[in-house]
Amino acid sequence: MATQVDTSNATPTGVAAPSYWRGVWENHAPGYLFLLPWFIGFFGLTIGPILTSLYLSFTHFDLLTAPRWAGMDNYVRMFTNDPKFAASMRVTFIFVIFSVPLKLAFALGVALLLNRGMRGLSIYRALFYLPSLLGASVAIAILWRQIFAGNGLVNQVLATFGIIGPSWISNPNTSLWTLIILAIWQFGSPMIIFLAGLRQIPQDMYEAASLDGASRWRQFWKITLPMLTPVVFFNAIIQTIEAFKSFTPSFIISGGTGGPINSTLFYTLYLYNEAFGFFRMGYASALAWVLLIIVAAFTAFSFLTSKFWVHYDD
Amino acid sequence: MATSIELRRIQKAYGDVHVIHGVDLTIDPGEFTVFVGPSGCGKSTLLRMIAGLEPITGGDLLIDGQRMNEVPAAKRGIAMVFQSYALYPHMSVYQNLAFGLETARMPKPEIEKRVQRAAEILKIEPLLKRKPKQLSGGQRQRVAIGRAIVREPKIFLFDEPLSNLDAELRVAMRVEIAKLHNDLGNTMIYVTHDQVEAMTMADKIVVLRAGIIEQAGAPLELYNNPRNLFVAGFIGSPKMNFLAASVENGMVKAAGTSLALGRDVTGATTLGIRPEHISISEGSGIKFADVRVDLVENLGGQTVLYATTSDGQSITVVLEGQRRVDLGSTVSLYVDPAKAHVFNAEGTTIT
Repeated sequence: MATQVDTSNATPTGVAAPSYWRGVWENHAPGYLFLLPWFIGFFGLTIGPILTSLYLSFTHFDLLTAPRWAGMDNYVRMFTNDPKFAASMRVTFIFVIFSVPLKLAFALGVALLLNRGMRGLSIYRALFYLPSLLGASVAIAILWRQIFAGNGLVNQVLATFGIIGPSWISNPNTSLWTLIILAIWQFGSPMIIFLAGLRQIPQDMYEAASLDGASRWRQFWKITLPMLTPVVFFNAIIQTIEAFKSFTPSFIISGGTGGPINSTLFYTLYLYNEAFGFFRMGYASALAWVLLIIVAAFTAFSFLTSKFWVHYDD
Repeated sequence: MATSIELRRIQKAYGDVHVIHGVDLTIDPGEFTVFVGPSGCGKSTLLRMIAGLEPITGGDLLIDGQRMNEVPAAKRGIAMVFQSYALYPHMSVYQNLAFGLETARMPKPEIEKRVQRAAEILKIEPLLKRKPKQLSGGQRQRVAIGRAIVREPKIFLFDEPLSNLDAELRVAMRVEIAKLHNDLGNTMIYVTHDQVEAMTMADKIVVLRAGIIEQAGAPLELYNNPRNLFVAGFIGSPKMNFLAASVENGMVKAAGTSLALGRDVTGATTLGIRPEHISISEGSGIKFADVRVDLVENLGGQTVLYATTSDGQSITVVLEGQRRVDLGSTVSLYVDPAKAHVFNAEGTTIT
């Protein structure tokens, strides 16, 4: 009896198992084949380098000789004995704290104007979006340098009013602000998203409010802004991450130095110089990981606070 | 106490497109007026012009005898309930109710008093702390009405307020709005495309089509004496039967049968008889046509017959109670000549 049960159990599973897996392979092989390029890219070009950089951040590595294990040395040096790290951190935080809210406010302002309905809306929308496409490019950064240089466009305009302006980009007090203005000028992408968000707000809420006698100002603060918080939140996260990662403008405008007097030494620029200027790959990797942790912490904090100020409809 | 509204030659145009063509209407103080008509007839536009949400192109709007055309919406003493409710999703029910009062800078204790009172009237006190998304459709509807009540307006406007509710709730809310009108006694204007809502709630029905008033009057007045084919067909459910007719020897001839109405029917081209005014029992009126029964609906309280006349016209008959009628059988119809309507070629009632 027991033997019979055993054989009857064994026979189907013993036969079925290989044919089952063969079936899976035959059915799904094309799918996996199509996925293969992505797999290679994801593991070879994304996950691999990320893990490698984590390892390298605990080493001294100059690209020419093999990495030497350094334990926590790089991280300890960063926080205890590197004034440039502190300077770059300060520059980057100032940039993020000023450029992101100002850019979002500007983008929202323009979106509100466009949303009032006007002729040629799609043309304005495209024109305003253009800087976002061009903004991160080298060409625009070079253009920016011309505009804010000692004999640049800004000073030429000021000169017509009899004001002799300084060289904005070579003055450590103003150089970072030229970069903040450049960031604000690239308001197109959050503006498009704000515009889409504004379109989602039902018109009859404004009608109900206007029957109640609510002014446009009150309608903005009590209806538009709260209804828009999911979009504000999204834009804030995206723009903050972008701002932390900002590199090209400071690289071009300061000529790669982060000068004058480290006033435009963005974190990523410092990281770049450590890696490809001084070939301190281990230290640069550690810098990259600290930035990752800062951005992750910032994002996590935003999500935690979001439940107190972001209103989702349904 | 209550407020009167008067429309004088009110017009509305969007560019070259005229949607309201000179509407004259007087709404008496405390009256419950229903604007009814098919989609696109201009009923909502008319309401929005009264509210001040749409500029008036021509004519005069008078509230309590004062011209209001240029007075902003907030200063007309009006509250409006929207079809979508237009509740603010990020505010609690309390905040939604209080919004208009806070806008008017009313002192907090007074706001609280008014919100409490409105919540009592509408039985939404337990919901005051909730957000709109935590409410059912009927509860949202109550909050929307509450938002109008707290402002203690002179005039309430309702723009298809029940069309987002299911059938059962719609009937219940209909009764509540009617009660609310009885309790508050305000002048109210209610827009709907549902003639049953119009019949059950209105003191005065205004039937609109393509931007003109077809007829305005008490519900039963419109039911009994429709001015034209459109009103006759729009008011009443099921719809009035219309049969192609001619006049012979002073009698109306339709479906192969001549009918003596005992009045002048010169020029009649259409005979109209309501389904509920036709019988199949001898002795309840004079004999009309013989028809073939195509379909029988047993509703319990009523039996509805869908039949075809000998010359191929459709006719609906509503019989009281439960009647046994075989499909495909031929029955004789009897009508009361006093309840038959005749219309001329222009669709106007011949009286």
